[in-house]
Amino acid sequence: MKEELGTVVRVATPMRSLAQRFAFLILFSGAIALLIIERTDPRIFEQARMGVIDAATPVLDVISRPVASASDLIQEVRELTSLRATNVALKAENDRLLRWQHAARTLLVENGQLRELLNFVDDTATHSVTGRVIGDSGGPFVRSLLVNAGTRIGVDRGHAAVSGEGLLGRVAFAGESASRVLLLSDLNSRIPVLVEDTRARAVLAGDNNRRPRLAFVSADARVKVGSRIVTSGLGGMFPTGLPIGIVSEIGDAGIRIETFASPERLEFIRLVDYGLKGVISLTDGEITRGVDRKR
Amino acid sequence: MKSSVWQYLDLATRKLTPFLLSLALVMLNLMPLHLPGYAAISPNFALMAVYYWALHCPSLFPSGAVFVIGLMQDILSGSPVGKNAAILIIVYIIAVSQARFFYAKSFLVVWWGFLMVSLGVATMEWFVASIFAARLLVPEPAFYECAMNVAAYPIFGWLFVLVHRTLPREE
Repeated sequence: MKEELGTVVRVATPMRSLAQRFAFLILFSGAIALLIIERTDPRIFEQARMGVIDAATPVLDVISRPVASASDLIQEVRELTSLRATNVALKAENDRLLRWQHAARTLLVENGQLRELLNFVDDTATHSVTGRVIGDSGGPFVRSLLVNAGTRIGVDRGHAAVSGEGLLGRVAFAGESASRVLLLSDLNSRIPVLVEDTRARAVLAGDNNRRPRLAFVSADARVKVGSRIVTSGLGGMFPTGLPIGIVSEIGDAGIRIETFASPERLEFIRLVDYGLKGVISLTDGEITRGVDRKR
Repeated sequence: MKSSVWQYLDLATRKLTPFLLSLALVMLNLMPLHLPGYAAISPNFALMAVYYWALHCPSLFPSGAVFVIGLMQDILSGSPVGKNAAILIIVYIIAVSQARFFYAKSFLVVWWGFLMVSLGVATMEWFVASIFAARLLVPEPAFYECAMNVAAYPIFGWLFVLVHRTLPREE
């Protein structure tokens, strides 16, 4: 009997490990195949991605809440300690802003009159949705956020993600109840921008650094530290003049931009539809259809 | 017998525990902590789970489960689909094949093993990201994450031991 069992074990163990190895091989090559498919066409898994994210949204929503309230509390305590100093600074700023408000009012009226003279067509019809940040990117080479606002309330791919300070990024995928925002610092983020004072054009390229790099700057652009960078509106993704950040460093590592908005601290972000049908937000099919319609 | 159904259910849930726990950790990993710089270097909870269960209890954590966990991680974190699935399968194969070596060794040895695995994972993460970006990226973020992994492993290891004690013995 004992001998019999021994034989069974002797035969079964290698068989089992063979089957196990086979499973490993299948699963591993499956994963590699998925990677290759994804590399050739990143849009192939979009449906599946958004399906899974939609399904996970309620859970993510719940687990992100306690942390948000805890960090709110910390923030409040921190603010209490510097109440007096903040008050003084705010009063000074208020003074300054009142003067700006006056200037802005005058310009607004003047601008309106000039537009009337030119029969200017205003194309900046905006629709915005505010969403809660329910997920961070989980990986060293991805910079994105999950927001609990999706196509159900009008969010779509290509919409701008902004905070009160400025542009954060754009909506890369939109599911029914959640969407993924690709931040300016992500490796895949390329935003056409302008140096505000010189109007020199460039591209803001994310390279996984906290401060994205200014690329394709012409040699005579005269960029200096402290120059404001805004969106250029080229490519039809964003309107012209959305604030992004200031030039913080010009050196061997290229021209670095310190963004006005810091995505990590934000609990809520605004997803804005500027009504622009940009080249980037369209799928290939839609582009062809658009061409057909023009004909 | 009525109790046998409950016993069966009880056993089934216990058997599923490692998988469900890892799935929960993948979700928890995405939780925004609102700390500057944390998102890029947050420790990889799923990696710790796969390493622990593959080493100590592979019968309750089959390779198919590892694959699913990896895919979930890829999809939810916005990484290329298949990246974490491939990496976690490799980690699983290594851990299962070396389980004999780590058997009944002290925690320090297991921790050292995790350091080695984590270094390998950081290299693979960097390699895949570089292929996708079509240029050599700065590898630092991957190794910061590796340091966070190694630092967090004792806490998670302890948590897994607590859960492990409630599970049925391996045959």
